[in-house]
This record gives sequence, C-alpha cells and structure tokens, in this order.
Amino acid sequence: MYEGIIQDLIDELGRLPGIGPKSAQRIAFHIVQSERVDVNRLVEVLRLVKEKVKFCSQCFNVAEEEECKICRDPRRDPAVICVVEESKDVVAIERTREFRGKYHVLGGAISPIDGIGPDQLKIRELLTRLSDDRITEIIIATDPNLEGEATATYLARTLKPLGIKISRLASGLPVGGDLEYADEVTLGRAFEGRRALDL
Amino acid sequence: MALYRDQAVVIRTQKLGEADRIVTLISREHGRIRAVAKGVRRTKSKFGARLEPASYVDLQLYTGKTFDVVTQVESLENFGDAISHDYQKWTIASAILEAAERFTSNEGEPALQQFLLLTGGLKALAHESHDPSLILDAYLLRSLSIAGYAPSMTICSRCEAPGPHKYFSLVGGGSVCVNCKPSASATPSVETLQLMSDLLTGNWDDADISELKHRREASGLVAAYLQWHLEKGLRSLPMVERASS
Repeated sequence: MYEGIIQDLIDELGRLPGIGPKSAQRIAFHIVQSERVDVNRLVEVLRLVKEKVKFCSQCFNVAEEEECKICRDPRRDPAVICVVEESKDVVAIERTREFRGKYHVLGGAISPIDGIGPDQLKIRELLTRLSDDRITEIIIATDPNLEGEATATYLARTLKPLGIKISRLASGLPVGGDLEYADEVTLGRAFEGRRALDL
Repeated sequence: MALYRDQAVVIRTQKLGEADRIVTLISREHGRIRAVAKGVRRTKSKFGARLEPASYVDLQLYTGKTFDVVTQVESLENFGDAISHDYQKWTIASAILEAAERFTSNEGEPALQQFLLLTGGLKALAHESHDPSLILDAYLLRSLSIAGYAPSMTICSRCEAPGPHKYFSLVGGGSVCVNCKPSASATPSVETLQLMSDLLTGNWDDADISELKHRREASGLVAAYLQWHLEKGLRSLPMVERASS
C-alpha cells in the first residue's frame, strides 16, 4: 500500500477493464517515470475524448460531430444498413472493405438474465430510421453467440412486417483453419449455410 | 493442479480480459461452478461454441486459486441452438437459467436435483414437449419445491384441512382455508389452483388442455410466490413473452 497520490493513481487505473492491481501499479510507476510532455499529452487526449466524443444521432456509432464520418459520407449506399452490437464491430467490418452501406449500432445484445431487453437497445431508433424509403436491406451482424442469435431473431421478427429484405451474416469455418479441428456447432452451421458453386 | 471432470449446463457467460470468458455452470456433482474459459472469444477457439448459455456439456476443469479453469469441453446437447431461433423460448430459457443460478446459492455445493430439473426443463423447452410458458411455470414451482418452498395446492397449508380451498396466500405458503387465511390472500379460480397442482406434480395431460386465462392467472401467482421466497425477483421474468392466444 502506497501513500497519497500514487495510491490514488493505482486505484483509479485499477478500475479500468482488464487492469489488475499489479498492472495498475506497473502503469502508475511508468507514468511517474515518464517525461512530463508525454503525460501531458495523455491528459489532453483523455480530456478531449470526454469533451468531444459522442454518439452519432443516426447510427449511434462513436462520433466527434452530430453525425459520424460514415453517415456523412455521400459515397456510402443509403439503401443497406448493417446492424451491429458495438462500435468495435463497425471497425471490424470496415476492415473487410466489403461493405459500402451504412451502420446501426444497437449498444449490446438482448440478455434477459442481465436485465437487458429490447427497450435498453437502440431498436426503436432503428425502426424510426426505416421510415426512409431508400432503405431496401438490413444486414444483421450481431455476434454469433446465443445472445447475438436471439437478438437477430427478435429483430427479424420485428422488421418482417415492414417488407424490407433481412439477411444475417453467415456462420461457419474460419479461413485458414483445418476442418477436423472445427467444433460440431460451427461445422453444423457451415453445412446449414452452404452455398452452390456457380463456376 | 487438481483435474476433475463433470457434466454441466452453462448458465451465463461474462467477458474477461481480451478473449476469455467467465462461465457459470451448474454441474451434476459439484453444483454451481464459476470457471475461466481461456481464449473462447477468438474465432479459432476449439470450444467457444460449446460454452454458450443453455449448452449441456461434459467438461474437464482444473482447480484454480480464484476460478477453476476449463481445459476440455464436449457437447452433450446443444439446447441453445433450438432456443435462440425462437424469441419466446429464449426469454423463457433465460428465466429458467437465472432461477437455477439463484436456487444454487453456494458454489461447489452439490445440487443434483436442481441439475436434473434444469436439464429436463431445457430439454422440454428445446423439443417443444409442452407450451413453453407452462414449462417455465412447472420449472419454477418444482425449483421452489426442491428448495423447500413447495406451495400447498390441495390442503390448507396451515391446518391441513382437505381442499380445494378458495384462497391462495404467499405468506401462508399456498392454499389456505377460510379460517386460516391471512389478510391480502388471493382468490384464484379452482381451475388455476388445479393447474398449478398439475404443474407441480407433472400431470401434463390435464395441464396441456388448460385454458389460457387459467394459465395467465397461474403464471402471475407463480411469479409472485417466487418473488416472495427469493426476496429479489428474477430480472429476466418481466421480459418473458407469454402466449398471447
């Protein structure tokens, strides 16, 4: 146990996700030994991030302005919306360079056991967005786990009466892996979602 | 490093660190276990898909300082797949899993009856043996019964006078006669009390043909009775989708 301000710093760092007491201590002493200019830069970024970063009024992705960069981009296809759980998923899909539409970030997945129902997510806002006639397809890209699948089921059921095309990201074998090592659930999904080879 | 093997149902998962998860399990021999499953959030994980909520698995763990660590998992039955494609079943499965967690309050304390009830309930739900809403109410009533809170359905819970009785009391422990009834007792229909009795004893032939209005009334009583005994209600219970027709 240290005294005063250094212990306060360790306690604050220890509250961050994934940082245990030892890591907090290591980071605290790294900060103590760092150049003042480096620490000031970190302080400034922390201050700015709380001051400037907010959620996009359209898609609820993180943004520095009223609307995020993707929603403001006129080259993005407004007809297709990809629904994801978190902003991190937008970054992951953007890395593929396969998708040129827009996004909608739900802010999590339905998990009754954790007290998260449809009302806690941005589902109502998604329905409001769908009043735009230009939208023709919704791609549901929630995580391929039980909560993600259940959220996809709920969305599909809610959106079906609107007559918009609804699709779900495929599940299956990871590229670069061996078939023999795939678990039966994933392999089963790969069979379910197999596609015809049109050569 | 003590290795052990057990059969278990996954109750819930929580993210831990970069790619790990803490899984809460109810096992056949060791009761409730909280264990770390390393690297299961990576797409290349060998057993990530088997450790989803409502999965019935055979697994090997080793005893750790704070949490045990999962080393191998084989799937015995994947209830989650059937459940996640039906939103009503998913909300009901969530309530069943949460109740199972609450009724096994001590980690490592064997709870074989709760385990068997849980696997039976999830199997019935996944295979659509009965109406999902009835399965939930039957599960909750029997869980309460195993925990020692079985409501009296046929005789008066206080003076044991033979019934059926008109009054149902949360405080009184179920059916109560007119002489014993505490204030604020409910007056459900005879059919509703009979349905609850059928669900508790497993008389599915009669439960399956019960009317919707009696099912609704029974669900309300079961939820209230559960809340009374657990003190803090289940978070998933208000989100359960009940049959609408």
